[in-house]
Amino acid sequence: MAAESEVAPGIGLAPDVPAPAPARLTRWWRILLRSLAPVILALIAGGLLLLALGRDPVQFYVNVWQGGVESGGWQNSAVLMTPLLLIALGLIVVFRAGIWNLGYDGQYLLAAALVAGFGPHLLQTWPAPVAYALLFLIAGSAGALWTVVPAVLKAWYETNEIITTLMMSFIGVGIANILVKGPFQDPTVNIPQTRTIPFAKLLPNLAGTRVNLGVLVALGAVPIVYYLLTRTSFGLRLEVLGANPRAARHVGISLRRVIVTTFVWSGFLIGLAAALDILGLWAYVRANWNPGYGDTVIPFVFLARLNPLVIVPFVAFYAVLSTGGDLAAQQANLPTDFLLVLVALILLFMTVIEYLGRRRDLGHSYLTPGLREALRRPLMRRRPAP
Amino acid sequence: MNGLLTQSFLTALVSGGIVAAIPLMFTALGESVSERAGVLNIGLEGMMLLGAYFGFVGAYGLHSTWLGFLAGTAGGLAGATVMVILSVSMGLDQIVVGIAITLAGEGITSVLHQAQFQGTSPGLGNPGTVPIPGLSRLPVLGHSVFDQPLLVYFGVGFLALVWWVFRSTTWGLNLLAAGQKPEALDAAGVSVLAVRTYAVLTTGALAGLGGAYLAIVGAATFTPFMTQGQGFMAIVIAMLARGKPLWVGVSSLVFGICLSIDTALQLASINISTDVINLLPFAAIMAALVLFARGSYLPPALCLPYVRGAK
Repeated sequence: MAAESEVAPGIGLAPDVPAPAPARLTRWWRILLRSLAPVILALIAGGLLLLALGRDPVQFYVNVWQGGVESGGWQNSAVLMTPLLLIALGLIVVFRAGIWNLGYDGQYLLAAALVAGFGPHLLQTWPAPVAYALLFLIAGSAGALWTVVPAVLKAWYETNEIITTLMMSFIGVGIANILVKGPFQDPTVNIPQTRTIPFAKLLPNLAGTRVNLGVLVALGAVPIVYYLLTRTSFGLRLEVLGANPRAARHVGISLRRVIVTTFVWSGFLIGLAAALDILGLWAYVRANWNPGYGDTVIPFVFLARLNPLVIVPFVAFYAVLSTGGDLAAQQANLPTDFLLVLVALILLFMTVIEYLGRRRDLGHSYLTPGLREALRRPLMRRRPAP
Repeated sequence: MNGLLTQSFLTALVSGGIVAAIPLMFTALGESVSERAGVLNIGLEGMMLLGAYFGFVGAYGLHSTWLGFLAGTAGGLAGATVMVILSVSMGLDQIVVGIAITLAGEGITSVLHQAQFQGTSPGLGNPGTVPIPGLSRLPVLGHSVFDQPLLVYFGVGFLALVWWVFRSTTWGLNLLAAGQKPEALDAAGVSVLAVRTYAVLTTGALAGLGGAYLAIVGAATFTPFMTQGQGFMAIVIAMLARGKPLWVGVSSLVFGICLSIDTALQLASINISTDVINLLPFAAIMAALVLFARGSYLPPALCLPYVRGAK
């Protein structure tokens, strides 16, 4: 948290208001409180909901802990962190530039279907490192490619990217299904699914665990993205664009290039998430499968204030909640969609706490002004200032 | 391809299109109202699902289609109330609250469905239709167009009502001002928050009604996540229709036909995978966005919370 307030003052808690320099400790407390309180309140509210449904909330959360951490559960949580972390990074990159990429489901599933479709063949004909590199490239490019239409529409015609990425997402999910049921389908199995990548060809596990190498790749991407965003001119351009698109234009930043590059990076990271997830854990893709990682990771991206380092503990927390929550929900005879309710509650409490913390700022402090600008002028075409 | 112009094909196409278009139309009509007042409602998907679930429970538990529609409307209103409190009264970010409402709607209906029905949905009876005397006897399409559940006529009537409200009432003017220049509305002595509150509640009620129609008439049952992105489609329809109710009706019908074309194609014995067909509406929307992005229009104060005296 300290790093956050030092390194990225521009997009920290108060982008518009110069901090009145309160005692350092109280500032820390405030950041901690604002980041954790929504989660705690959501867990309490979720417990009340469980009570209303006639379930034992204490037992539920105990089960979450047991399933997500104890007796090897932490290993499943660590495996789950891989895709969540990379998707979170992908979202941080675009959100920092003040652009919404809500097409993560399509980008992820399309990449996943391609990896599962080409994986078995590639891994058998090529040596493993080459095949992995190829598959990462395929997945990353697929994710990146899927952002190009919204990116170009946004960069050239100012078309609202919320709508276009969502629509492209639905199309991507559909095409992934068509691929899985069509060219990639395993003819030897009755259920429409791709061929399975042999267990021996999956990413190797870390010594003595069931955690595969993917999590190291994801964790390794964290400092890289952090460096890219905070120490390079590209990161600065992103931040200026996110903070004030008009100013960005005035200082001569090529908005089109930044918008397209940002989108492509975001899609690439999300595609990479899919590749690591398939090659590390799933080994195949079934038709109509959608883990829905992106929806659940969004609140944490905001709670981490778009900081690539701070997102790690949040993602770890959600990975535990999700892994344990799946089991706890089964034991409580509830669908795992209960977790969606918890995530929604976190989002709602987050906005409320922002409101209480900064009434005059109207809860905007976790959104860069550019994100708001995108909302203000969704479909209108705007000429660049002369 | 010789089956394309047969009566059964056209009947299936049009009647299926109308059944699929009505939920879209109600929801998009609602979105037009709140967009006009300056509130973008990304939570429509969640409100539709709430409407679908409570509509289904109402119709199933109370054995009445109409009570079902009422319950669905109430469900949508509940979702809209959250939006009103957080986004209108407190001025919190509309899109974050919207995403939260969508997620909550998806999660909570799925959880309740499991808790109350153990995951198996009982079916509902046929809601029954009301033919319009005379018109329903027209050849070819008369029966499929003019013999509908009562709510369809009600929906068309409502479309006309919204059109009239937008066009020639003070309410319509207030809505417009709340989205165009809320300061002016405030200066004229009308509460911006009240206007926006009514607008969002109307949206919630209409989205709930649309969802209820989807569950009660369209599917005759409830399944979790049954809206499949229709809430988002409704947002796009409202944007492309530029807040004009008649265009909302027309484009809803077009997208409704896209959504339901598979049944008709099967009747014409053309086999296209349903996955391809499910893509059609979204591909159509992307095409429309690419072609007409310039023509669509949104109010300048959209998504901006109104605070008196703020800069």
